[in-house]
Amino acid sequence: MKLWKLMVLLFCGSGLLACSSQPTPSLYQQLGGESGIAAITDGLLHQIEHDPLIVNHFRDTDIPRFRDLLAEQLCELSGGPCVYSGATMEESHTGLNLTTRDFDRLVNHLITVMQQRDIPYSAQNRLLALLAPMYSEVVER
Amino acid sequence: MKFLLLLLLFSSSAVLANSRVIGTGGVTSIEGSAGGGIVPWAVINGYHSTDEWSANSFISRVSVDDFTLNSAGVGVGLNNRWELSYARQQFKLDTIGGQLRQDIVGVKYRLTGELLYTAMPQISIGAQYKRHLDFDLPAAVGARSRDGVDLYLAASKVWLDAIAGRNLLLNATVRATKANQTGLLGFGSDDSNGYKLMFESSAALLLTHHLAVGVEFKQKPNQLAFADEQHWRDIFVAWFINRNLSVTAAYTDLGSIAGLSSQQGWYLSLEGSW
Repeated sequence: MKLWKLMVLLFCGSGLLACSSQPTPSLYQQLGGESGIAAITDGLLHQIEHDPLIVNHFRDTDIPRFRDLLAEQLCELSGGPCVYSGATMEESHTGLNLTTRDFDRLVNHLITVMQQRDIPYSAQNRLLALLAPMYSEVVER
Repeated sequence: MKFLLLLLLFSSSAVLANSRVIGTGGVTSIEGSAGGGIVPWAVINGYHSTDEWSANSFISRVSVDDFTLNSAGVGVGLNNRWELSYARQQFKLDTIGGQLRQDIVGVKYRLTGELLYTAMPQISIGAQYKRHLDFDLPAAVGARSRDGVDLYLAASKVWLDAIAGRNLLLNATVRATKANQTGLLGFGSDDSNGYKLMFESSAALLLTHHLAVGVEFKQKPNQLAFADEQHWRDIFVAWFINRNLSVTAAYTDLGSIAGLSSQQGWYLSLEGSW
């Protein structure tokens, strides 16, 4: 079928199906290891600080502690040598009444920071895929 | 439009804004509903999130061997929950001569699920009221009614990091319809006035934050005795330039229309969102 052939051509042309013999680096490495994750965390805090629609959710937050825990969590999630020592997502977000809009904005801020840091698109998606399931633990609690 | 104003009044806290992730509004289909090019998806148009609303408009053209379909329309979305749309279609019979026009008013309501975030797919129900403006010709070839209502149930989900680190969107839509050639040849026929259940689906792969490629299939009934009606399909590339502007191009196969077989050609759509 003509359309099918065209589709295969498009997909191949985009290089997606090119076989690579290189082993995939761990997500932790792709995010830049400890220093890369520290930079992503700081970038995200900077975005939050400049977003008047969500910054008020952080007015009672101990920011230095939040920063350390977020970096620790991203490190553990991405397969780095860390163990997240903070509260569960449900515990830490209960009572905040976060909305889907807050979550959407945070996701966009994270994407912006990862784009600024030239994190490969596939690594961005790997991290987002790990964070997305937290939606139901975070929003409207 | 009264309905829309009421919605906005009741949600006066909603602000015109675009908090959702780029691409999550899909594009505007030829019928004015957010989706792919020919299939309505469960996504709500634009990029507004909860407590927000957005407006959008589109123009598109499908040029196949013997016909040209021009569509244009506007829509609004509220709370990433409601979608209202209006589209005018002009179907030019380039070989036969003349034109067929119809208006389509659409409403869509998201029942459950969050496209990107929940294991449950995003599920929406929708209705499209269609009214033909040049009914003499459809009547002459056996169509029963000038207007009709399509009802549909759509499920859409994005799998993040699905294929080679890219995100994959799958959509399935079931539509109850009486329309002949989506309403361009009227509704029902001399010997049939019942709803037919049709299956439509789309698959899209996001190559980057701004570029998606995909395929679509739209099952269609075959009710008019004068000529065969066939299923539609297309393969598309959508370019989300930013949250305000997108361009979609497709190669489409509309099958046989009004006795003229193998109608294939290009689809181009431009849309703006605010």
